[in-house]
Amino acid sequence: MKLYHIALFLVCSLLFVKVTAQNDKMAKVKGGVFLPLYGTADQLVKVDPFLMDVYPVTNEEYLKFVKENPKWKKSNVISLFADKSYLNKWENDVTYSGLANAPITSVSWFAAKKYCECQGKRLPTVDEWEFAAMANEDVPDARRIESYNQYILSWYETPKTYVNPIGESYKNYYGIYDLHGLVWEWTQDFNTVLISGESRKDQDKDSNLFCGSAAIGASDLMNYAAFMRYAFRGSMKARYSSQNLGFRCVKDIEE
Amino acid sequence: MIMKNLKYILIAISLVAMSCNNAVKDSKDISENNIEESKSNVISDMSIYNLPSHWTTQDGADIELNELQGKVLAMVMIYTSCQAACPRLVADMRNIEKQIPNDKKDDVQYVFVSIDPETDTPERLKAFAKENQMEDDKWLFLRGSEEDTREFAAVLAVNYKQISPIDFSHSNIISVFNQGGELVHQQEGLGVDNKETIQAIIELAR
Repeated sequence: MKLYHIALFLVCSLLFVKVTAQNDKMAKVKGGVFLPLYGTADQLVKVDPFLMDVYPVTNEEYLKFVKENPKWKKSNVISLFADKSYLNKWENDVTYSGLANAPITSVSWFAAKKYCECQGKRLPTVDEWEFAAMANEDVPDARRIESYNQYILSWYETPKTYVNPIGESYKNYYGIYDLHGLVWEWTQDFNTVLISGESRKDQDKDSNLFCGSAAIGASDLMNYAAFMRYAFRGSMKARYSSQNLGFRCVKDIEE
Repeated sequence: MIMKNLKYILIAISLVAMSCNNAVKDSKDISENNIEESKSNVISDMSIYNLPSHWTTQDGADIELNELQGKVLAMVMIYTSCQAACPRLVADMRNIEKQIPNDKKDDVQYVFVSIDPETDTPERLKAFAKENQMEDDKWLFLRGSEEDTREFAAVLAVNYKQISPIDFSHSNIISVFNQGGELVHQQEGLGVDNKETIQAIIELAR
């Protein structure tokens, strides 16, 4: 009987450790309402509270995923889910290039989505990501603060930040790193962005391409940073990957 | 003997069950794929029949996408409450169907996938089909989960966003798939000359 109790205790603590280890490096983002780039003043967007990975997924973590899920190895992945640029810097199926704790990049949306599902999580929505990323070190909405915008714009001018390790950008209000300063990140519904990526074309003449789409008119410099992200999302397709594009996962909070 | 060790067996099983997508699941997937491959022709890496999603038709039938395999597909993503573009997309689909020669008509399936699965229940889809005089078998209306719909749209490069409780913004794309589920042609926009789309279908159809 004693052995049984020990074994049971081991199982429960393993389960507990596994669950909390997954939640360990996640931070709670309190919900709220905000006006995103594409919104109008009378159409604020509501974000429910959620848990977000403190860091983007790393090379080492993705390697573990690929070993456990061989269908996502570079040589096995099917072209519906990833194009030829998938893991193109990896020497082979099980050897990444660069630092173990640099963010994983060159993965498609399908791969990122599957990784998160495997952790019992999911990709963040655009709204969730933007909401968490509005924060600087001190406040949840820093979009009107010059230093916040300057940081992002300087990052845009810095080449090859994707080789850097996670955790070197600032720790934001929620305790989350690297939403700016490291890599772009996949979102669950990146294909909600209906702009063609070239602002001259996104006038009403485009109404034949997109039914009912709102025009994104970014006039302020402080919106420029956000506009770049939306434009990038609008230009991506689910099977594409980019060496500047990684991801992190989020989890719903069971209330 | 088994009963006595049952507790240990149960513990062992739960230890194994804690891993995600382990080798057991992979070999199950592989054997499932093998069965599929022997049932129908081998599907290529680019086939939409690689998607595991489940859908419900306007008749309330639950189907897997790969049940459509074997016919040329003309597919569009719409929603029934759409006032502006969707009626024109529906008209485009009808127009395309009209121009397929009689001896090839049976090889083509026209599929409407809803981007608003919450509103577009099977009953609603059935009513919509009736309103549009599309009750024949060649017209198929599908709805799935929000997640499967988002994933399917990502495959088709169809962008869509709910912009109000009743309104969606969405790309206007008609896609043509061959009998193996590979995307062969896309027509983007409204009032586009559908000559190329029709040509693509005719070339594929048997």
